[in-house]
Amino acid sequence: MKIHEYQAKALFRQSDIAVPRGIVAKTADEAAAAFGELGSDLAVMKSQIHAGGRGKGRFQEYPDQAGVVLVRSSEEARENAVRMLGSTLVTLQTGKDGKQVNTLFVEQGLKIARELYLGIVVDRAVGGPVVIMSSEGGMEIEKVAEESPEKILSETFDASQGLFPYQARKLAYALDFSSKAVRNAEKLLPQLCRFFVDNDCSMVEINPLVLTEDDQLLALDAKMSFDDNAMFRHKALAELRDLSEEDPAEVEAGEAGLSYVNLDGSIGCLVNGAGLAMSTMDLIKLHGAEPANFLDVGGGANVDQVTEAFRIILRDDAVKAVLVNIFGGIMRCDVVVEALLEAYENVGFSVPLIVRLEGTNVEKARQMLNDSGRDIISAEDLTDAAQKVVASLSV
Amino acid sequence: MSILVTKSTRIICQGITGKSGLFHSQKCREYAEEYQPGTGVFAGGVTPGKGDSEVDGFPVFNSVAEARIKTGANTSMILVPPPFCADAILEAADAGMQLIVAITEGIPVMDMIRVRSAMKNSTARLIGPNCPGVITPGVAKIGIMPGYIHTPGRIGIISKSGTLTYEAAWQLGRVGMGQSTAVGIGGDPIAGTNFIDLLALFQSDPDTDGIMLIGEIGGSAEQEAAEYIQSHVTKPVAGFIAGQTAPPGKRMGHAGAIISGGGGTAAEKIAALRSVGAVIADSPAGMGDAMKQAMQ
Repeated sequence: MKIHEYQAKALFRQSDIAVPRGIVAKTADEAAAAFGELGSDLAVMKSQIHAGGRGKGRFQEYPDQAGVVLVRSSEEARENAVRMLGSTLVTLQTGKDGKQVNTLFVEQGLKIARELYLGIVVDRAVGGPVVIMSSEGGMEIEKVAEESPEKILSETFDASQGLFPYQARKLAYALDFSSKAVRNAEKLLPQLCRFFVDNDCSMVEINPLVLTEDDQLLALDAKMSFDDNAMFRHKALAELRDLSEEDPAEVEAGEAGLSYVNLDGSIGCLVNGAGLAMSTMDLIKLHGAEPANFLDVGGGANVDQVTEAFRIILRDDAVKAVLVNIFGGIMRCDVVVEALLEAYENVGFSVPLIVRLEGTNVEKARQMLNDSGRDIISAEDLTDAAQKVVASLSV
Repeated sequence: MSILVTKSTRIICQGITGKSGLFHSQKCREYAEEYQPGTGVFAGGVTPGKGDSEVDGFPVFNSVAEARIKTGANTSMILVPPPFCADAILEAADAGMQLIVAITEGIPVMDMIRVRSAMKNSTARLIGPNCPGVITPGVAKIGIMPGYIHTPGRIGIISKSGTLTYEAAWQLGRVGMGQSTAVGIGGDPIAGTNFIDLLALFQSDPDTDGIMLIGEIGGSAEQEAAEYIQSHVTKPVAGFIAGQTAPPGKRMGHAGAIISGGGGTAAEKIAALRSVGAVIADSPAGMGDAMKQAMQ
């Protein structure tokens, strides 16, 4: 689960992690008032969407308007807010459709001496969290890693022990901090690491982390995501979820216990198991077509779930054919076919449906499909299924 | 011989009084009874607070330690809800289970980080979580895989995915190759056992002639496996990597299956494995043939 920058910064503030003073604005009047309230001669207005690249992003409605702007008066704040609020921001990370901006975050301007990068993630190879820093603040860390890997510093830490002060010093000295800045890092870095563990974060990224002219360290940006599996023990965090930032079909699928990801192709897929679902997408591509989605129906695949899955797949107008690929193990193929047939009736199919079944009671299941009198194409194996579904596109 | 699961395996299920715990315990018992009748391979289960009772003929104990003392169990299959799974794993390790198979899906990553750290000095082997389990065909199964799709033989399977493992076993069966042991290591970012651990076990297992490795996008475990194969594995390796068409930044079902920051793509993994001589199928339909080719 991702949250907005202003929400992330509020969480930081609660945990005593320094952030610039900032005010949330949902209307142009609020933006103008926020500038006055901050009382500095310079403020930054930032579009609140879940995607990055906002500074370089531009609005569809106002091609010259950037997603992050510096303003010097209440009037300037208002004028910019009028253009930004309710408009659609397109950045490198939003895709071409962009994201509507409903909230702005107005922050005090700072006298910045240096911009750094800080990220905390779970290192799978080590099996624990790692804090990553770089002198190249503001740049994408992947790019830095590629172009100048020597500029990437990292320290792994134990989730229970946290980051030790000496590790923070190690990073700070490597970044040529002044004595005062080292002391601040010694306090801030362990706090951030503690925050990461305590909140079951998947990722915390501060880009840039700034060093002010008076050697203070502040999180100028804050990006974080949380482990969905741990949300049961973070009720307050779960409430920060902004459903308008997510694909409605994916949200709906999640509520039905399905795992669904919308893609750009024309062949809808319904598969049991994540690995097989990904493989089915690969198979379609290998045969010259593009998958319209990833959909893992899980282990159960009862009538309700299959019906819901079909509904979600068929709602996508780009879908010109549907491929069902089920390996019936514990769940018998004949039971799957019963669910398929009933769901087929419930939904009302208008595109070809190709079904590939394998596993327990497969003979009986294929017979049931053939006897059903429905316009369902049965496939013998994976390759046959892929060929048939791709062929159905050109009929 | 095979690996992990042998004739001396004695299994209990943590969470046996739950719906899926009981269902899969019954299936595992059926499977073991078919091949080792009357030996009581599946010895019972554990649900704290429900000790001194019985469910469908399985004795239920309050703790893993008690179950071990009373049944001689050395292996635990865990099917408890995600919030309690880390605790269940650590209890099993503390009670001296040699093999712990965590089937449960949806355990917080932070819990697994703590489990890994707490088990650093443990001799117990953890498989999973979020995995189908382990089967030595013709001996016993510990997990939720359908037993009949596996045939006894001399190929070892290591896989991050459940149904894709079934698909692989099925295809291997069709080209006449059974399995020594098939292990699902799970699709979570942090797993108890990784590709390398199992490559080592299969490499030294006299009953395994070839290894099938099934990976997916996310992380770099497949690349590390490739390095290990280069220096330590002499047996033929074939495989498949799922997620060649997956878009970056999207979680494809498994918590671990996500391409992040340009890393963890299928193309990189396939290239790494091919560069060390593994036969990697382009299509998921080609896993059986790839293994056959590798064995020639």
